[in-house]
Amino acid sequence: MAGIDTTTYPATWRRPPQIITDRRWRIGIQLAILAYMVLAWNSVEVDWQRVVVGLERGQQFAMGFLQPDFMSRGDAIVRGIIESLTMTLTSTVVGIILSVPIGIGAARNLTPRYVYLVCRSIVAVSRSLQEIIIAIFLVAMFGFGPFAGFLTLSFATIGFLAKLLADDIEEIEPGQADAIRATGASWFQLVNYAIQPQVMPRLIGLSMYRLDINFRESAVIGIVGAGGIGATLNTAIDRYEYDSAGAILLVIIAIVMAAEYASGAIRGRLQ
Amino acid sequence: MKDSHSETPVWHFRTSRQQWALWVGWLALVALFIFCWTLMTSETMWFFVLDAPAQAADLGGRMWPPRWEYLPSLWEPMWDTINIATIGTVAGVLMAIPVAFLAARNTTPSTKILRPIALFVIVTSRSINALIWALLLVAIIGPGILAGMVAIALRSIGFVGKLLYEAIEETDPLQVEAVAATGASRAQTISYGIVPQIMPAFWGISVFRWDINIRESTILGLVGAGGIGLQLQGSLNTLAWGQVSVILLLILATVVVSESISAKMRHAVI
Repeated sequence: MAGIDTTTYPATWRRPPQIITDRRWRIGIQLAILAYMVLAWNSVEVDWQRVVVGLERGQQFAMGFLQPDFMSRGDAIVRGIIESLTMTLTSTVVGIILSVPIGIGAARNLTPRYVYLVCRSIVAVSRSLQEIIIAIFLVAMFGFGPFAGFLTLSFATIGFLAKLLADDIEEIEPGQADAIRATGASWFQLVNYAIQPQVMPRLIGLSMYRLDINFRESAVIGIVGAGGIGATLNTAIDRYEYDSAGAILLVIIAIVMAAEYASGAIRGRLQ
Repeated sequence: MKDSHSETPVWHFRTSRQQWALWVGWLALVALFIFCWTLMTSETMWFFVLDAPAQAADLGGRMWPPRWEYLPSLWEPMWDTINIATIGTVAGVLMAIPVAFLAARNTTPSTKILRPIALFVIVTSRSINALIWALLLVAIIGPGILAGMVAIALRSIGFVGKLLYEAIEETDPLQVEAVAATGASRAQTISYGIVPQIMPAFWGISVFRWDINIRESTILGLVGAGGIGLQLQGSLNTLAWGQVSVILLLILATVVVSESISAKMRHAVI
């Protein structure tokens, strides 16, 4: 650092580029993004007259939010909420029960290769299909109503919980597992005494989080006929009953907020 | 029982009171489950449930083989779907940035008024699914891909905002103090002290959300918000199951490709 000449030392400083350091690449990528944006924006067709008509509806909807009508569709709202809540709880419990063995099977450090591959592919299928698409099929097979929704959410829970559980098991402290193994423990004893205590707090935390997600999803799959509050909401919007729709959305937001607060509190106590 | 009378006390993982509380808790959970189960299935038609394997076989028979000649007419809706996801993500991220700075405890100008508002925006956006946003927006601005883009954008604010404000709160305060000590203004402090620290998290979150948005935008058409979901809805309504299987395979391929792109980009950034 010797010999800094204060007369030539730059008085201003520019932050160097963060990610792509090559100037030509940077400009090229920026141009490509710009070109894409123009192309994509051109594919949007906006019917401005329709928008003007719609803005009035938007205003009605905003009013509906401010003056929600809980009463005129009260029965349907209560039924939808009960369906959603019961669906959420049963599917989360069944989903957890199914995902624990699949999660253990999908952990590379515990199971032989063929079990690992089978379990990982179950997880991959469950994760890559949207809940709504699964719901469409299960409704076609099992008929309308919350039972199809229950199956959808259970299946979706597997993809989420089993994957995170398996990743968690793969990252455990190997020393504790070695210690238990050294006592001559069987595979079940190994899982019970070395793995389970290490992953249990996280499993409970993830389950609470999934309960929260399942409720949100249960508010949607009703749109394709799988029961729950989504069906009520869909009907309300189709009939332009924005005050009822506002009421339903407020109920959903309230329950989600309560669930998030409760699961945060429980997870906080566990750690 | 013998243990408790012997000379040396035996170590137990839990006290008996904890043990009882645990059992009562489990019992309550099982009871709640059974109660919910009976409530949920009270109106289930078990005939349809028993019939399901036959229905599944029937459905499978109609879906196979896929009608591949339908594929060329899917490129345009697929392009729309990708545009919905990408432009929706960009718009959502642009709106989420100010919300995140208002919500983070160390950058918000007022913890009493603006921070609760920003947190409320985040929770509202997160608790309403993209499909519900689309349902509302189709009613308001009419069917088409604009509704889909706005729905994706509104849905993304909460996710990006939440993760980003957590990243802002986790920044190293020493670097911020160092910048502030040079006499930098508030905007300069944020630009030179905080922004470089959250940049990797920002790109990681944005790409992750884009990946999620590709999935979500594939089904927005079910409620009229454009994209490939519109084709899916049409094929389902006309019971053209051969076309449905082509659409599903295309969606699956897109999801896999977008996931690998997002994984590579996040890997490069973080």
